[in-house]
Amino acid sequence: MKILVCISKTPDTTAKIAFVDNNTKFAAEGVQWIINPYDEWYALVRAIELKEQDPSSIIHLVTVGTADAEPIIRKALALGGDEAIRVNLESHDSFTIASQISAIAREGAYDLILTGKETLDYNGASIGGMVAELLDLPFISLATKFDLAGNTATVTREIEGGEEVAEVNLPLVVSCQKGVAEQRIPNMKGIMGARSKPLKVVEPTATEALTSIVNFELPPAKAGVKLVSADQPEELVRLLHEEAKLF
Amino acid sequence: MPVLIYIDQAEGHIKKSSFEAASYGAKIAALTGTTAEAVVLGKLTDDLPSLGNYGITKVHHVADESLNHLDAQQFTRIIAALATQINAGVVVLSNNVNGKAIAPRLSARLKAGLVAGAISLPDTSNGFVVKKGVFSGKAFANINVLTPIKIIALTPNAFSPEKGSGIAEVVAFTPSPEPSRVKLVATNKVKGQVPLSEAELVISGGRGLKGPENWGMIEELAQLLGAATACSRAVADAHWRPHHEHVGQTGGSVSPNMYFAVGISGAIQHLAGVNRSKVIVVINKDPEAPFFKAADYGIVGDAFEVMPKIIAAVRKIKG
Ligand SMILES: Cc1cc2nc3c(=O)[nH]c(=O)nc-3n(C[C@H](O)[C@H](O)[C@H](O)COP(=O)(O)OP(=O)(O)OC[C@H]3O[C@@H](n4cnc5c(N)ncnc54)[C@H](O)[C@@H]3O)c2cc1C
Repeated sequence: MKILVCISKTPDTTAKIAFVDNNTKFAAEGVQWIINPYDEWYALVRAIELKEQDPSSIIHLVTVGTADAEPIIRKALALGGDEAIRVNLESHDSFTIASQISAIAREGAYDLILTGKETLDYNGASIGGMVAELLDLPFISLATKFDLAGNTATVTREIEGGEEVAEVNLPLVVSCQKGVAEQRIPNMKGIMGARSKPLKVVEPTATEALTSIVNFELPPAKAGVKLVSADQPEELVRLLHEEAKLF
Repeated sequence: MPVLIYIDQAEGHIKKSSFEAASYGAKIAALTGTTAEAVVLGKLTDDLPSLGNYGITKVHHVADESLNHLDAQQFTRIIAALATQINAGVVVLSNNVNGKAIAPRLSARLKAGLVAGAISLPDTSNGFVVKKGVFSGKAFANINVLTPIKIIALTPNAFSPEKGSGIAEVVAFTPSPEPSRVKLVATNKVKGQVPLSEAELVISGGRGLKGPENWGMIEELAQLLGAATACSRAVADAHWRPHHEHVGQTGGSVSPNMYFAVGISGAIQHLAGVNRSKVIVVINKDPEAPFFKAADYGIVGDAFEVMPKIIAAVRKIKG
Protein backbone atom coordinates (compact mmCIF):
# COMPACT_ATOMS: atom_id res chain seq x y z
CA MET A 1 0.00 0.00 0.00
CA LYS A 2 1.21 3.52 -0.77
CA ILE A 3 0.34 6.25 1.70
CA LEU A 4 0.84 9.98 1.21
CA VAL A 5 0.87 12.15 4.34
CA CYS A 6 0.50 15.90 3.93
CA ILE A 7 2.74 17.84 6.31
CA SER A 8 2.63 21.53 7.06
CA LYS A 9 4.77 23.69 9.26
CA THR A 10 3.11 26.03 11.73
CA PRO A 11 4.32 28.43 14.41
CA ASP A 12 4.58 26.84 17.84
CA THR A 13 1.39 27.50 19.80
CA THR A 14 3.24 29.67 22.28
CA ALA A 15 4.73 31.85 19.50
CA LYS A 16 3.93 35.54 19.55
CA ILE A 17 1.51 36.39 16.76
CA ALA A 18 2.40 39.71 15.13
CA PHE A 19 2.44 41.13 11.63
CA VAL A 20 4.78 43.29 9.55
CA ASP A 21 4.74 45.21 6.25
CA ASN A 22 1.58 47.12 7.06
CA ASN A 23 -0.01 44.03 8.59
CA THR A 24 0.22 42.08 5.35
CA LYS A 25 2.75 39.48 6.53
CA PHE A 26 3.17 37.27 9.56
CA ALA A 27 6.22 38.33 11.58
CA ALA A 28 8.15 35.10 11.19
CA GLU A 29 11.41 36.39 12.63
CA GLY A 30 12.51 34.36 15.63
CA VAL A 31 9.44 32.15 15.53
CA GLN A 32 9.83 28.53 16.52
CA TRP A 33 8.26 26.27 13.88
CA ILE A 34 6.73 22.90 14.56
CA ILE A 35 5.05 20.21 12.48
CA ASN A 36 1.36 21.06 12.44
CA PRO A 37 0.20 18.87 15.37
CA TYR A 38 -2.79 17.36 13.55
CA ASP A 39 -0.52 16.31 10.69
CA GLU A 40 2.05 14.85 13.05
CA TRP A 41 0.18 13.29 15.94
CA TYR A 42 -2.72 11.87 14.00
CA ALA A 43 -2.11 11.59 10.23
CA LEU A 44 1.57 10.66 10.28
CA VAL A 45 1.45 8.42 13.34
CA ARG A 46 -1.54 6.52 11.94
CA ALA A 47 0.35 6.00 8.66
CA ILE A 48 3.31 4.66 10.63
CA GLU A 49 1.02 2.28 12.52
CA LEU A 50 -0.42 1.02 9.23
CA LYS A 51 3.10 0.36 8.00
CA GLU A 52 3.87 -1.52 11.19
CA GLN A 53 0.89 -3.75 10.43
CA ASP A 54 1.93 -4.20 6.83
CA PRO A 55 5.67 -3.56 6.45
CA SER A 56 5.44 -3.67 2.67
CA SER A 57 3.63 -0.33 2.81
CA ILE A 58 5.39 2.78 1.60
CA ILE A 59 4.90 6.18 3.25
CA HIS A 60 5.69 9.39 1.43
CA LEU A 61 5.45 12.80 3.03
CA VAL A 62 4.63 15.89 1.03
CA THR A 63 4.93 19.52 1.97
CA VAL A 64 4.42 22.64 -0.09
CA GLY A 65 6.94 25.17 1.09
CA THR A 66 10.29 26.83 0.60
CA ALA A 67 13.63 25.48 1.88
CA ASP A 68 12.92 26.71 5.41
CA ALA A 69 10.32 23.90 5.70
CA GLU A 70 13.08 21.28 5.51
CA PRO A 71 13.87 21.03 9.24
CA ILE A 72 10.19 20.24 9.81
CA ILE A 73 10.18 17.59 7.10
CA ARG A 74 13.31 15.99 8.61
CA LYS A 75 11.59 15.97 12.00
CA ALA A 76 8.63 14.21 10.45
CA LEU A 77 10.93 11.70 8.76
CA ALA A 78 12.48 11.02 12.16
CA LEU A 79 9.10 9.74 13.33
CA GLY A 80 8.67 7.59 10.23
CA GLY A 81 8.04 7.61 6.52
CA ASP A 82 10.25 6.44 3.71
CA GLU A 83 10.79 9.58 1.73
CA ALA A 84 9.65 13.16 1.48
CA ILE A 85 8.72 15.46 -1.35
CA ARG A 86 8.89 19.21 -1.04
CA VAL A 87 7.15 21.32 -3.63
CA ASN A 88 9.20 24.48 -3.78
CA LEU A 89 6.49 27.10 -3.35
CA GLU A 90 5.26 29.41 -0.63
CA SER A 91 1.53 30.06 -0.83
CA HIS A 92 -1.35 30.88 1.49
CA ASP A 93 -4.01 30.01 -1.06
CA SER A 94 -5.46 26.60 -0.19
CA PHE A 95 -6.34 25.79 -3.80
CA THR A 96 -2.79 26.49 -4.97
CA ILE A 97 -1.40 24.18 -2.29
CA ALA A 98 -4.01 21.48 -2.96
CA SER A 99 -3.25 21.63 -6.68
CA GLN A 100 0.43 20.95 -5.99
CA ILE A 101 -0.36 18.06 -3.67
CA SER A 102 -2.84 16.53 -6.10
CA ALA A 103 -0.21 16.66 -8.87
CA ILE A 104 2.19 14.73 -6.62
CA ALA A 105 -0.57 12.34 -5.59
CA ARG A 106 -1.63 11.66 -9.17
CA GLU A 107 1.92 10.80 -10.14
CA GLY A 108 2.50 8.55 -7.12
CA ALA A 109 -0.81 6.66 -7.41
CA TYR A 110 -1.34 6.52 -3.64
CA ASP A 111 -3.98 4.30 -2.05
CA LEU A 112 -4.44 6.56 0.94
CA ILE A 113 -3.88 10.28 1.44
CA LEU A 114 -3.90 11.56 5.02
CA THR A 115 -3.97 15.16 6.22
CA GLY A 116 -4.45 16.80 9.61
CA LYS A 117 -7.88 18.31 10.22
CA GLU A 118 -6.55 21.86 9.81
CA THR A 119 -3.38 23.87 10.29
CA LEU A 120 -2.95 25.90 13.44
CA ASP A 121 -2.03 29.04 11.49
CA TYR A 122 -4.51 29.46 8.63
CA ASN A 123 -7.24 27.19 10.04
CA GLY A 124 -8.60 26.42 6.58
CA ALA A 125 -9.40 22.71 6.98
CA SER A 126 -9.50 22.74 3.18
CA ILE A 127 -6.56 20.87 1.70
CA GLY A 128 -7.89 17.31 2.08
CA GLY A 129 -11.27 18.09 0.53
CA MET A 130 -9.73 20.00 -2.34
CA VAL A 131 -7.21 17.24 -3.10
CA ALA A 132 -10.02 14.66 -3.02
CA GLU A 133 -12.10 16.67 -5.46
CA LEU A 134 -9.17 17.27 -7.80
CA LEU A 135 -8.49 13.51 -7.82
CA ASP A 136 -12.17 12.51 -7.86
CA LEU A 137 -11.74 10.47 -4.66
CA PRO A 138 -14.01 10.00 -1.64
CA PHE A 139 -13.12 12.18 1.35
CA ILE A 140 -13.83 11.61 5.03
CA SER A 141 -13.23 14.72 7.11
CA LEU A 142 -12.54 15.10 10.82
CA ALA A 143 -11.84 11.40 11.33
CA THR A 144 -11.49 10.21 14.92
CA LYS A 145 -10.74 6.55 14.07
CA PHE A 146 -9.35 4.84 10.99
CA ASP A 147 -9.09 1.10 10.40
CA LEU A 148 -8.20 -0.85 7.34
CA ALA A 149 -9.09 -4.40 6.32
CA GLY A 150 -7.80 -5.28 2.88
CA ASN A 151 -9.02 -2.60 0.54
CA THR A 152 -11.83 -1.35 2.77
CA ALA A 153 -11.40 1.43 5.30
CA THR A 154 -13.72 1.85 8.26
CA VAL A 155 -13.63 5.49 9.29
CA THR A 156 -15.33 7.19 12.22
CA ARG A 157 -15.89 10.92 11.86
CA GLU A 158 -17.16 13.62 14.18
CA ILE A 159 -20.71 14.90 13.72
CA GLU A 160 -22.66 17.31 15.94
CA GLY A 161 -23.13 15.55 19.26
CA GLY A 162 -21.74 12.20 18.20
CA GLU A 163 -20.02 10.23 15.50
CA GLU A 164 -20.71 8.49 12.24
CA VAL A 165 -19.02 5.29 11.03
CA ALA A 166 -18.63 4.63 7.31
CA GLU A 167 -16.99 2.07 5.08
CA VAL A 168 -15.14 3.28 2.03
CA ASN A 169 -12.92 1.49 -0.43
CA LEU A 170 -9.44 2.78 -1.20
CA PRO A 171 -8.21 5.02 -2.73
CA LEU A 172 -9.37 7.61 -0.27
CA VAL A 173 -8.53 10.95 1.34
CA VAL A 174 -8.97 11.34 5.12
CA SER A 175 -8.43 14.36 7.38
CA CYS A 176 -7.41 13.25 10.86
CA GLN A 177 -7.96 14.60 14.34
CA LYS A 178 -7.74 13.43 17.91
CA GLY A 179 -8.55 9.75 18.34
CA VAL A 180 -6.99 8.50 15.10
CA ALA A 181 -3.62 7.89 16.80
CA GLU A 182 -1.55 8.88 19.83
CA GLN A 183 1.36 11.28 19.80
CA ARG A 184 4.82 9.66 19.49
CA ILE A 185 8.25 11.00 20.35
CA PRO A 186 11.00 10.30 17.77
CA ASN A 187 13.83 8.11 19.05
CA MET A 188 17.56 8.43 18.38
CA LYS A 189 17.51 5.78 15.68
CA GLY A 190 14.72 7.61 13.90
CA ILE A 191 16.50 10.94 14.12
CA MET A 192 19.76 9.48 12.76
CA GLY A 193 17.92 7.56 10.04
CA ALA A 194 15.98 10.62 8.93
CA ARG A 195 19.15 12.30 7.74
CA SER A 196 19.70 9.77 5.00
CA LYS A 197 16.11 9.44 3.84
CA PRO A 198 15.48 10.93 0.41
CA LEU A 199 14.00 14.44 0.36
CA LYS A 200 13.06 15.27 -3.19
CA VAL A 201 12.51 18.88 -4.20
CA VAL A 202 10.18 19.48 -7.13
CA GLU A 203 9.21 22.73 -8.78
CA PRO A 204 5.52 23.71 -8.63
CA THR A 205 3.11 23.28 -11.49
CA ALA A 206 1.42 26.45 -12.68
CA THR A 207 -1.81 27.28 -10.83
CA GLU A 208 -3.79 30.40 -10.34
CA ALA A 209 -4.64 31.46 -6.79
CA LEU A 210 -8.36 31.74 -6.07
CA THR A 211 -7.88 33.98 -3.02
CA SER A 212 -5.37 36.43 -1.63
CA ILE A 213 -4.76 37.80 1.84
CA VAL A 214 -5.38 41.55 1.98
CA ASN A 215 -4.10 42.01 5.51
CA PHE A 216 -4.21 40.72 9.07
CA GLU A 217 -5.74 42.17 12.22
CA LEU A 218 -5.16 41.45 15.87
CA PRO A 219 -8.27 41.18 18.02
CA PRO A 220 -9.06 44.31 20.02
CA ALA A 221 -7.56 44.12 23.49
CA LYS A 222 -9.97 42.80 26.10
CA ALA A 223 -11.34 45.47 28.38
CA GLY A 224 -10.03 43.45 31.30
CA VAL A 225 -11.75 41.03 33.57
CA LYS A 226 -14.57 42.21 35.80
CA LEU A 227 -13.95 40.43 39.08
CA VAL A 228 -16.72 39.65 41.51
CA SER A 229 -16.04 38.83 45.15
CA ALA A 230 -16.09 35.13 46.06
CA ASP A 231 -18.54 36.04 48.80
CA GLN A 232 -21.12 37.18 46.25
CA PRO A 233 -21.38 34.66 43.42
CA GLU A 234 -25.00 35.82 43.00
CA GLU A 235 -23.61 39.12 41.71
CA LEU A 236 -21.78 37.28 38.92
CA VAL A 237 -25.00 35.58 37.91
CA ARG A 238 -26.79 38.94 37.92
CA LEU A 239 -24.13 40.48 35.66
CA LEU A 240 -24.25 37.58 33.22
CA HIS A 241 -28.02 37.74 33.16
CA GLU A 242 -28.67 41.49 33.15
CA GLU A 243 -25.50 43.10 31.80
CA ALA A 244 -24.16 40.52 29.34
CA LYS A 245 -27.66 39.12 28.69
CA LEU A 246 -26.31 35.65 28.17
CA PHE A 247 -29.30 33.82 29.56
CA MET B 1 -26.36 35.99 -9.99
CA PRO B 2 -28.23 34.74 -6.92
CA VAL B 3 -26.69 33.68 -3.63
CA LEU B 4 -27.07 29.94 -3.07
CA ILE B 5 -27.15 28.67 0.52
CA TYR B 6 -26.60 25.03 1.35
CA ILE B 7 -28.93 24.03 4.21
CA ASP B 8 -27.49 21.23 6.32
CA GLN B 9 -29.77 18.87 8.19
CA ALA B 10 -29.52 16.07 10.74
CA GLU B 11 -32.28 13.53 11.28
CA GLY B 12 -34.69 15.56 9.18
CA HIS B 13 -34.13 18.83 11.03
CA ILE B 14 -32.40 21.91 9.75
CA LYS B 15 -29.34 22.68 11.87
CA LYS B 16 -29.17 25.93 13.78
CA SER B 17 -25.93 26.80 11.99
CA SER B 18 -27.79 26.58 8.69
CA PHE B 19 -30.35 29.17 9.78
CA GLU B 20 -27.34 31.39 10.45
CA ALA B 21 -26.00 30.61 6.97
CA ALA B 22 -29.42 31.30 5.41
CA SER B 23 -29.74 34.65 7.12
CA TYR B 24 -26.13 35.56 6.28
CA GLY B 25 -26.62 34.58 2.64
CA ALA B 26 -29.85 36.59 2.44
CA LYS B 27 -27.99 39.59 3.81
CA ILE B 28 -25.35 39.28 1.07
CA ALA B 29 -28.13 38.98 -1.51
CA ALA B 30 -29.73 42.17 -0.19
CA LEU B 31 -26.38 44.00 -0.18
CA THR B 32 -25.60 42.97 -3.74
CA GLY B 33 -29.12 43.38 -5.11
CA THR B 34 -29.93 39.76 -5.86
CA THR B 35 -31.99 36.93 -4.42
CA ALA B 36 -31.13 34.22 -1.90
CA GLU B 37 -31.95 30.64 -2.87
CA ALA B 38 -31.35 27.53 -0.81
CA VAL B 39 -30.53 23.92 -1.56
CA VAL B 40 -31.75 21.15 0.73
CA LEU B 41 -30.74 17.51 0.34
CA GLY B 42 -32.62 14.52 1.73
CA LYS B 43 -36.03 13.94 3.29
CA LEU B 44 -36.90 16.43 6.01
CA THR B 45 -39.58 16.70 8.65
CA ASP B 46 -38.98 20.45 8.99
CA ASP B 47 -41.08 22.81 6.96
CA LEU B 48 -39.13 24.17 3.98
CA PRO B 49 -41.26 27.15 2.89
CA SER B 50 -40.60 28.71 6.31
CA LEU B 51 -36.96 29.22 5.26
CA GLY B 52 -38.58 32.33 3.79
CA ASN B 53 -38.52 33.71 7.33
CA TYR B 54 -34.75 33.94 6.95
CA GLY B 55 -34.87 35.74 3.61
CA ILE B 56 -34.79 32.74 1.25
CA THR B 57 -37.06 33.17 -1.77
CA LYS B 58 -36.64 29.77 -3.38
CA VAL B 59 -35.67 26.33 -2.04
CA HIS B 60 -34.28 23.71 -4.39
CA HIS B 61 -35.08 20.39 -2.79
CA VAL B 62 -33.63 16.99 -3.67
CA ALA B 63 -36.06 14.80 -1.73
CA ASP B 64 -33.95 11.67 -1.90
CA GLU B 65 -33.72 9.65 1.31
CA SER B 66 -30.22 8.39 0.44
CA LEU B 67 -29.00 11.98 0.87
CA ASN B 68 -29.97 12.10 4.54
CA HIS B 69 -26.34 11.33 5.42
CA LEU B 70 -23.31 13.14 4.15
CA ASP B 71 -21.35 11.87 1.22
CA ALA B 72 -19.17 14.88 0.48
CA GLN B 73 -18.51 13.79 -3.08
CA GLN B 74 -22.20 13.40 -3.96
CA PHE B 75 -23.28 16.51 -2.14
CA THR B 76 -20.61 18.55 -3.90
CA ARG B 77 -21.63 17.24 -7.30
CA ILE B 78 -25.26 18.15 -6.68
CA ILE B 79 -24.63 21.59 -5.17
CA ALA B 80 -22.16 22.45 -7.93
CA ALA B 81 -24.63 21.38 -10.63
CA LEU B 82 -27.33 23.56 -9.11
CA ALA B 83 -24.97 26.51 -8.61
CA THR B 84 -24.07 26.31 -12.28
CA GLN B 85 -27.70 25.94 -13.36
CA ILE B 86 -28.92 29.02 -11.47
CA ASN B 87 -25.71 30.92 -12.21
CA ALA B 88 -24.97 31.52 -8.51
CA GLY B 89 -22.44 34.22 -7.74
CA VAL B 90 -21.92 33.28 -4.09
CA VAL B 91 -22.38 29.91 -2.37
CA VAL B 92 -22.78 30.06 1.41
CA LEU B 93 -22.67 27.19 3.87
CA SER B 94 -21.94 26.72 7.55
CA ASN B 95 -18.37 25.80 8.38
CA ASN B 96 -19.72 23.01 10.57
CA VAL B 97 -18.65 19.35 10.42
CA ASN B 98 -20.35 18.79 7.07
CA GLY B 99 -19.45 22.18 5.68
CA LYS B 100 -15.78 21.42 6.28
CA ALA B 101 -16.16 18.37 4.04
CA ILE B 102 -18.22 20.01 1.29
CA ALA B 103 -16.84 23.57 1.01
CA PRO B 104 -13.29 22.67 -0.08
CA ARG B 105 -14.56 20.15 -2.61
CA LEU B 106 -16.96 22.72 -3.99
CA SER B 107 -14.17 25.27 -4.23
CA ALA B 108 -11.98 22.88 -6.23
CA ARG B 109 -14.85 21.73 -8.44
CA LEU B 110 -16.11 25.20 -9.33
CA LYS B 111 -12.64 26.79 -9.24
CA ALA B 112 -14.24 29.24 -6.85
CA GLY B 113 -12.26 30.91 -4.08
CA LEU B 114 -13.22 29.78 -0.58
CA VAL B 115 -13.20 31.65 2.71
CA ALA B 116 -13.31 28.88 5.31
CA GLY B 117 -14.41 30.11 8.72
CA ALA B 118 -15.82 33.50 7.73
CA ILE B 119 -16.92 35.79 10.56
CA SER B 120 -18.05 38.91 8.68
CA LEU B 121 -20.16 39.95 5.76
CA PRO B 122 -18.16 40.62 2.59
CA ASP B 123 -16.83 44.09 1.98
CA THR B 124 -17.36 44.74 -1.72
CA SER B 125 -15.96 48.27 -1.83
CA ASN B 126 -12.68 46.98 -3.25
CA GLY B 127 -12.98 43.38 -4.40
CA PHE B 128 -14.83 40.81 -2.31
CA VAL B 129 -13.18 40.76 1.07
CA VAL B 130 -14.29 38.53 3.94
CA LYS B 131 -12.80 38.35 7.43
CA LYS B 132 -11.90 35.01 8.97
CA GLY B 133 -10.15 33.83 12.11
CA VAL B 134 -6.51 32.70 11.77
CA PHE B 135 -3.74 31.55 14.11
CA SER B 136 -6.25 29.60 16.18
CA GLY B 137 -8.22 32.61 17.29
CA LYS B 138 -5.25 34.88 17.90
CA ALA B 139 -5.76 36.99 14.78
CA PHE B 140 -7.99 37.68 11.79
CA ALA B 141 -7.22 37.77 8.09
CA ASN B 142 -9.11 39.69 5.45
CA ILE B 143 -9.34 37.43 2.41
CA ASN B 144 -10.06 38.72 -1.08
CA VAL B 145 -11.86 36.18 -3.25
CA LEU B 146 -10.54 36.59 -6.77
CA THR B 147 -12.88 34.34 -8.75
CA PRO B 148 -16.30 35.07 -10.33
CA ILE B 149 -17.97 32.56 -8.00
CA LYS B 150 -17.27 32.90 -4.29
CA ILE B 151 -17.71 30.30 -1.58
CA ILE B 152 -18.13 31.30 2.04
CA ALA B 153 -18.13 28.79 4.89
CA LEU B 154 -19.50 30.71 7.87
CA THR B 155 -18.20 30.02 11.38
CA PRO B 156 -21.05 28.66 13.52
CA ASN B 157 -22.41 31.16 16.04
CA ALA B 158 -20.60 34.10 14.40
CA PHE B 159 -23.72 35.59 12.78
CA SER B 160 -27.09 35.91 14.51
CA PRO B 161 -29.93 34.80 12.27
CA GLU B 162 -32.53 37.46 11.65
CA LYS B 163 -36.01 36.08 11.55
CA GLY B 164 -38.61 37.99 9.61
CA SER B 165 -41.59 36.61 7.80
CA GLY B 166 -41.79 35.16 4.34
CA ILE B 167 -42.64 32.02 2.49
CA ALA B 168 -40.12 30.42 0.17
CA GLU B 169 -41.17 28.67 -3.00
CA VAL B 170 -40.04 25.03 -2.95
CA VAL B 171 -39.02 23.45 -6.24
CA ALA B 172 -37.72 19.95 -6.87
CA PHE B 173 -34.20 19.57 -8.14
CA THR B 174 -33.35 16.29 -9.82
CA PRO B 175 -29.65 15.73 -10.28
CA SER B 176 -28.39 12.86 -12.39
CA PRO B 177 -28.02 9.85 -10.09
CA GLU B 178 -24.62 8.42 -9.27
CA PRO B 179 -23.85 5.59 -6.83
CA SER B 180 -22.31 6.61 -3.51
CA ARG B 181 -18.86 5.30 -2.68
CA VAL B 182 -19.37 5.81 1.06
CA LYS B 183 -21.40 3.25 2.99
CA LEU B 184 -22.74 4.45 6.32
CA VAL B 185 -22.57 1.67 8.91
CA ALA B 186 -23.48 3.43 12.18
CA THR B 187 -24.47 6.73 13.73
CA ASN B 188 -23.76 7.08 17.43
CA LYS B 189 -25.23 10.11 19.13
CA VAL B 190 -24.88 11.16 22.71
CA LYS B 191 -28.53 11.46 23.62
CA GLY B 192 -30.08 14.35 25.45
CA GLN B 193 -27.04 16.61 25.40
CA VAL B 194 -26.45 19.87 23.62
CA PRO B 195 -23.77 19.24 20.95
CA LEU B 196 -20.66 21.20 21.88
CA SER B 197 -20.05 22.60 18.41
CA GLU B 198 -23.59 24.04 18.20
CA ALA B 199 -23.88 25.30 21.77
CA GLU B 200 -24.45 28.95 22.61
CA LEU B 201 -23.38 28.41 26.20
CA VAL B 202 -20.61 26.09 27.35
CA ILE B 203 -19.74 25.09 30.92
CA SER B 204 -16.27 23.60 31.16
CA GLY B 205 -14.26 22.01 33.95
CA GLY B 206 -10.54 21.52 34.54
CA ARG B 207 -8.23 19.62 36.82
CA GLY B 208 -9.12 22.03 39.61
CA LEU B 209 -12.29 20.00 40.10
CA LYS B 210 -10.12 17.20 41.53
CA GLY B 211 -12.00 14.21 40.10
CA PRO B 212 -14.86 12.99 37.91
CA GLU B 213 -17.11 12.59 40.94
CA ASN B 214 -17.25 16.39 41.22
CA TRP B 215 -18.74 16.99 37.77
CA GLY B 216 -22.26 17.10 39.18
CA MET B 217 -22.04 20.87 39.57
CA ILE B 218 -20.83 21.37 35.99
CA GLU B 219 -23.65 19.22 34.65
CA GLU B 220 -26.26 20.81 36.86
CA LEU B 221 -25.36 24.33 35.76
CA ALA B 222 -25.23 23.20 32.12
CA GLN B 223 -28.63 21.61 32.39
CA LEU B 224 -30.20 24.68 33.98
CA LEU B 225 -28.87 26.88 31.19
CA GLY B 226 -29.29 24.46 28.31
CA ALA B 227 -25.52 24.59 27.89
CA ALA B 228 -23.06 22.01 26.58
CA THR B 229 -20.26 20.66 28.76
CA ALA B 230 -16.57 20.71 27.90
CA CYS B 231 -13.25 20.06 29.64
CA SER B 232 -9.50 20.67 29.46
CA ARG B 233 -7.10 18.19 27.93
CA ALA B 234 -5.73 17.26 31.35
CA VAL B 235 -9.22 16.13 32.31
CA ALA B 236 -9.83 14.12 29.13
CA ASP B 237 -6.38 12.54 29.38
CA ALA B 238 -7.16 11.45 32.94
CA HIS B 239 -10.37 9.88 31.58
CA TRP B 240 -12.51 11.96 33.92
CA ARG B 241 -14.57 13.04 30.94
CA PRO B 242 -15.12 11.69 27.42
CA HIS B 243 -12.67 12.79 24.75
CA HIS B 244 -15.22 14.63 22.64
CA GLU B 245 -15.51 17.21 25.45
CA HIS B 246 -11.82 18.13 25.21
CA VAL B 247 -11.34 21.61 23.78
CA GLY B 248 -8.15 23.41 22.85
CA GLN B 249 -5.38 23.22 20.33
CA THR B 250 -5.53 19.44 20.13
CA GLY B 251 -9.23 19.02 20.79
CA GLY B 252 -12.30 20.81 19.53
CA SER B 253 -12.65 24.53 19.13
CA VAL B 254 -15.76 26.38 20.18
CA SER B 255 -17.09 29.90 19.74
CA PRO B 256 -20.15 30.11 22.00
CA ASN B 257 -21.71 33.26 23.42
CA MET B 258 -20.38 32.23 26.84
CA TYR B 259 -17.54 29.94 27.83
CA PHE B 260 -17.71 29.35 31.58
CA ALA B 261 -14.48 27.78 32.85
CA VAL B 262 -14.21 26.25 36.30
CA GLY B 263 -10.84 25.13 37.69
CA ILE B 264 -9.03 25.51 34.37
CA SER B 265 -5.69 27.32 34.40
CA GLY B 266 -6.08 28.78 30.89
CA ALA B 267 -2.91 27.43 29.30
CA ILE B 268 -2.27 28.88 25.85
CA GLN B 269 -3.12 25.54 24.21
CA HIS B 270 -6.47 25.54 25.97
CA LEU B 271 -7.18 29.17 24.99
CA ALA B 272 -6.50 28.30 21.34
CA GLY B 273 -9.77 26.38 21.32
CA VAL B 274 -11.95 28.81 23.24
CA ASN B 275 -10.68 32.34 22.62
CA ARG B 276 -13.33 32.98 19.96
CA SER B 277 -16.03 32.79 22.62
CA LYS B 278 -17.91 36.08 22.95
CA VAL B 279 -17.82 36.17 26.75
CA ILE B 280 -15.42 34.18 28.92
CA VAL B 281 -16.16 33.60 32.60
CA VAL B 282 -13.50 32.14 34.85
CA ILE B 283 -13.77 30.60 38.30
CA ASN B 284 -10.32 29.84 39.68
CA LYS B 285 -8.84 29.97 43.15
CA ASP B 286 -5.52 31.26 41.87
CA PRO B 287 -5.59 35.02 41.10
CA GLU B 288 -2.51 34.48 38.91
CA ALA B 289 -4.21 31.90 36.67
CA PRO B 290 -3.53 32.96 33.08
CA PHE B 291 -7.19 32.48 32.19
CA PHE B 292 -8.12 35.72 33.96
CA LYS B 293 -6.18 37.67 31.31
CA ALA B 294 -8.51 36.30 28.64
CA ALA B 295 -11.66 36.56 30.74
CA ASP B 296 -14.51 39.07 30.77
CA TYR B 297 -15.93 38.09 34.15
CA GLY B 298 -14.45 36.10 36.95
CA ILE B 299 -14.34 35.06 40.55
CA VAL B 300 -11.13 34.34 42.40
CA GLY B 301 -12.35 31.63 44.69
CA ASP B 302 -12.80 27.96 45.48
CA ALA B 303 -15.09 26.30 42.96
CA PHE B 304 -16.50 24.00 45.62
CA GLU B 305 -17.76 26.99 47.60
CA VAL B 306 -18.70 29.27 44.71
CA MET B 307 -20.43 26.89 42.31
CA PRO B 308 -23.32 25.80 44.57
CA LYS B 309 -24.19 29.47 45.12
CA ILE B 310 -24.01 30.18 41.40
CA ILE B 311 -26.27 27.24 40.68
CA ALA B 312 -28.76 28.42 43.30
CA ALA B 313 -28.78 31.93 41.83
CA VAL B 314 -29.28 30.63 38.29
CA ARG B 315 -32.05 28.38 39.52
CA LYS B 316 -33.86 31.45 40.84
CA ILE B 317 -33.80 32.99 37.37
CA LYS B 318 -34.42 29.84 35.38
CA GLY B 319 -36.34 27.80 37.88
C1 LIG C 1 1.34 20.54 22.41
C2 LIG C 1 0.32 20.69 23.50
C3 LIG C 1 -1.03 20.68 23.18
C4 LIG C 1 -2.00 20.85 24.19
N1 LIG C 1 -3.33 20.87 23.84
C5 LIG C 1 -4.25 21.14 24.80
C6 LIG C 1 -5.64 21.25 24.49
O1 LIG C 1 -6.05 21.05 23.35
N2 LIG C 1 -6.52 21.56 25.47
C7 LIG C 1 -6.12 21.76 26.76
O2 LIG C 1 -6.98 22.03 27.61
N3 LIG C 1 -4.83 21.63 27.09
C8 LIG C 1 -3.88 21.33 26.15
N4 LIG C 1 -2.58 21.20 26.51
C9 LIG C 1 -2.24 21.19 27.94
C10 LIG C 1 -2.19 22.55 28.57
O3 LIG C 1 -0.90 23.08 28.40
C11 LIG C 1 -2.50 22.45 30.08
O4 LIG C 1 -1.58 21.56 30.65
C12 LIG C 1 -3.91 21.98 30.38
O5 LIG C 1 -4.86 22.76 29.67
C13 LIG C 1 -4.15 22.09 31.87
O6 LIG C 1 -5.46 21.68 32.20
P1 LIG C 1 -6.18 22.29 33.49
O7 LIG C 1 -6.22 23.76 33.37
O8 LIG C 1 -7.46 21.56 33.63
O9 LIG C 1 -5.24 21.81 34.68
P2 LIG C 1 -4.18 22.59 35.56
O10 LIG C 1 -3.16 23.25 34.75
O11 LIG C 1 -3.74 21.60 36.57
O12 LIG C 1 -5.00 23.74 36.23
C14 LIG C 1 -5.96 23.55 37.21
C15 LIG C 1 -6.45 24.90 37.63
O13 LIG C 1 -7.47 24.74 38.60
C16 LIG C 1 -7.31 25.70 39.62
N5 LIG C 1 -7.91 25.14 40.84
C17 LIG C 1 -7.46 24.13 41.62
N6 LIG C 1 -8.31 23.88 42.62
C18 LIG C 1 -9.33 24.74 42.49
C19 LIG C 1 -10.52 24.97 43.22
N7 LIG C 1 -10.85 24.25 44.31
N8 LIG C 1 -11.35 25.94 42.79
C20 LIG C 1 -11.06 26.69 41.69
N9 LIG C 1 -9.94 26.51 40.96
C21 LIG C 1 -9.09 25.54 41.34
C22 LIG C 1 -5.84 25.92 39.73
O14 LIG C 1 -5.57 27.20 40.28
C23 LIG C 1 -5.40 25.79 38.26
O15 LIG C 1 -5.42 27.05 37.62
C24 LIG C 1 -1.60 21.01 25.53
C25 LIG C 1 -0.24 21.01 25.83
C26 LIG C 1 0.72 20.86 24.84
C27 LIG C 1 2.16 20.90 25.23
